[in-house]
Amino acid sequence: MLAFALKRLGIALLVALTVSLITFSMIYVSGDPAIAIAGEGARPADIEAIRKFYGFDRPIALQYVDWLAGALRGDFGRSYTLRQPVADVIFARLPTTMILGACAIAFALVLAIPLGVLAAVRPNSFADRFALTLAVVGQAMPSFWFALTLILWLGVTWRLLPITGSDSWQNFVMPAIALGYYVTPAVMRLTRAGVLDVLSSDYIRTARAKGLRPMTVLFKHALRNAIIPVVSLAAVQFGFMLGGSIVIETIFQINGLGYLAWESIQRKDLPTMQAIVLVLAVIYVLLTLAADLLNAFLDPRLRVA
Amino acid sequence: MAETGMPRAGMASAAEILAPSPGALLRRRMFQHWGLAIGATILLVVVLMALLAPLVSPYDPYDQQLARKLIPPIWHATDKATWAHPLGTDHLGRDYLTRLLYGARISLLIGISAMLISGAIGTTIGVLAGYFGGRVDMVVNFIVTTRLSMPVVLVALAVVSLIGSSLSVVIWVLGLLIWDRFAVVMRSATQQVRSREFIAAAQAVGCSTPRILLTEVAPNVANHLIVVATLEMAHAILLEAALSFLGLGVQPPTPSWGLMISEAKGLMFFDPWLISIPGVALFLLVLAINLLGDGLRDVTAPENRG
Repeated sequence: MLAFALKRLGIALLVALTVSLITFSMIYVSGDPAIAIAGEGARPADIEAIRKFYGFDRPIALQYVDWLAGALRGDFGRSYTLRQPVADVIFARLPTTMILGACAIAFALVLAIPLGVLAAVRPNSFADRFALTLAVVGQAMPSFWFALTLILWLGVTWRLLPITGSDSWQNFVMPAIALGYYVTPAVMRLTRAGVLDVLSSDYIRTARAKGLRPMTVLFKHALRNAIIPVVSLAAVQFGFMLGGSIVIETIFQINGLGYLAWESIQRKDLPTMQAIVLVLAVIYVLLTLAADLLNAFLDPRLRVA
Repeated sequence: MAETGMPRAGMASAAEILAPSPGALLRRRMFQHWGLAIGATILLVVVLMALLAPLVSPYDPYDQQLARKLIPPIWHATDKATWAHPLGTDHLGRDYLTRLLYGARISLLIGISAMLISGAIGTTIGVLAGYFGGRVDMVVNFIVTTRLSMPVVLVALAVVSLIGSSLSVVIWVLGLLIWDRFAVVMRSATQQVRSREFIAAAQAVGCSTPRILLTEVAPNVANHLIVVATLEMAHAILLEAALSFLGLGVQPPTPSWGLMISEAKGLMFFDPWLISIPGVALFLLVLAINLLGDGLRDVTAPENRG
């Protein structure tokens, strides 16, 4: 287990390092970042001044090492437009996005696990077909359009929930649904497959033969094993959600990391853009690492790297 | 799987001659599969509408007639609704049906192009990883893990905003970002094929590696490739719509479904049909492609139905 954990940790570190390199070079895809910041029609003198001011005139390798060393200390430089350290802005906004992501994943799990279990217990029944239809429909629905439709129905027609903002818990209901439903099909399919698989195993037959009640067999014996892969899927999907929340946060004007990302992209605020991409990538790497380690801990067969 | 049985000596029995060929069985499964039929039909209709847009609609998608702006679609029982504009007009008086038809071209173009680019990248590295294994596999695994940890929408938005958005930029950015599923699926499909006897036989006969990959491996992973290709095409269409919706995809006045929803956002409380029509179109197209993909997976590999 220790060897596996160390190897897995090493890969995670290497991935994070590569991501940092890609994130850093992102600002050079357009050619000269100074021109991108100055905008079209800027005078050469202005562009030169910007290049000097932000240090783009130094060797690229030096800029990268400098930036990475700063990032490791939690210093992402100063925002071009907000006039304060990027780290302060990011960590002020991160909790909101985390809460939104947690609500969204909770919504997805609460909806998907019971449906998946139901579909597995009665394959090809009405419940199974309903769950399958829901999955197919859910995967085809564009999240931003779904969010707007939710606003129209729940916010305007029925006036149940506030449309924008992030002040009370009610503000998080619609965004959590809009963000979470997209994960539901994957969780449901995995739960269904897992439960189906476990239900046909020998120890379940033994449990049934002992005369245990069907509900006890299902929840205490079957679900406990079938749920392991779902946990790691949920962790990975949580990471995807943090990245995907940019669309939802923009629509609902929730003051989280996604909205910050959108603002900084609009204003060409490179340090903030880079820092957000890096922070989200590192969170994703940590989540997958945790999921892998948890799985390996629970199931020794997975401890081959 | 494309396998042909060895011809046997002696007479074949009547039952063997009369039995339907694998191809006939496949065609029968295709016609009996509801999802596949529905998906293929919707997709065919959308493709035809997109190709024949100038014949279907008498209007120009860019033609603004401010005097006729915001005419509601035909099912709204107001006297403003007219059969001259069955789906109404937008805030600039452009015929909504026409913009929808030309928007389908953009969605399909981006979906197919981005899918081809990502397919080329993902298939290449996936097949190499699956066939060679070992170090190659480790490196490819690492590349895929790294790619998965980068948030797609965010990176796409950032890169598009820095380069400046245009149709080809959106296609390339999406194509270079979403090859991960191709790589993962092609890797495991190749791994399965690689352990079969006919690969060992081809190696024993002295076939070169490129030849084995092209003539032995490729036909046997093609069905997986088609399934992923449809799913990734749908994925690319959804991402383009999201980018355009956020203002960093296809630029106005080009008709794109995501852009139509974005332009109508401010008016959605008064004229909700402005966002429902392109939204439903987008939903139906993606649904159709997904149904087609799922259906193809079912009929080409019936043993994997889950």
